[in-house]
Amino acid sequence: MIYLNAFLFTGTVCLIGQLILDNTKLTPGHITVIFVVIGTFLDIFNIYDKFILWAGGGALVPITSFGHLLIHGGMEMASNIGYMGLMMGMFNLTASGITSAIVFSFILSFLFQPKD
Amino acid sequence: MDNNKYQDIVNRKTPKENVLYNGMIAFFVGGFIGVLGQFLMELYAYLFHISQSEASIFMIMTLIFLGCLLTCLGFFDKWVTFARCGLIIPITGFAHSMMSAALEYRKEGLIMGIGANMLKLAGSVIIYGVVSAYAFGTLRLLIMGG
Repeated sequence: MIYLNAFLFTGTVCLIGQLILDNTKLTPGHITVIFVVIGTFLDIFNIYDKFILWAGGGALVPITSFGHLLIHGGMEMASNIGYMGLMMGMFNLTASGITSAIVFSFILSFLFQPKD
Repeated sequence: MDNNKYQDIVNRKTPKENVLYNGMIAFFVGGFIGVLGQFLMELYAYLFHISQSEASIFMIMTLIFLGCLLTCLGFFDKWVTFARCGLIIPITGFAHSMMSAALEYRKEGLIMGIGANMLKLAGSVIIYGVVSAYAFGTLRLLIMGG
């Protein structure tokens, strides 16, 4: 059942993105930024956590979860050591994603030639 | 030719996007990636006997690796022009933007090429993510106290 939820959630997010892309003059860069900001916004009242419980991995795949993980790491640290924790813990949960993306693309750029 | 007339002709000649078709493609491709994410998460949790939250980190790294590798092999660019937001909105789009920038600028050198340009597109995601997370985090601390 969670597979169906994952399918519906990711599909709906992508559908909304596609509708914005087709009906406005925004580029894909604008749309990813909009979705990241929406992801952080939805974490204010813990709404995104409910999505993750409902759709499992399907809610972690879209770029909205990147924003959610940023604020989530910050809030987790802030609950331990106060306001400064927001800055200290910001990258705690997203570090793996950013590091792996940088390392993989750096190494692979030496192994492959650009295709046209 | 006055401006309104010109705009009229431009509007008429611009190819119309089939909104419904594009939307369905994005929906199904995106949904498939969501299912793949959930499947990988349960697979890693089962194989390595780890919790779901640790498995989700492995799952995201796997998807990023697949995005990078398929971009290198040249498939991903074609798929992106076909599925559009179905592949841009998932984390694979983030990996794709980094990988294609790294490949494109490698010939300009290590520092001024790869180093300066790799985060060109992904940087906007990181910057706006961090700034908005900071702003909304402050707001949440003020309103709810944690």
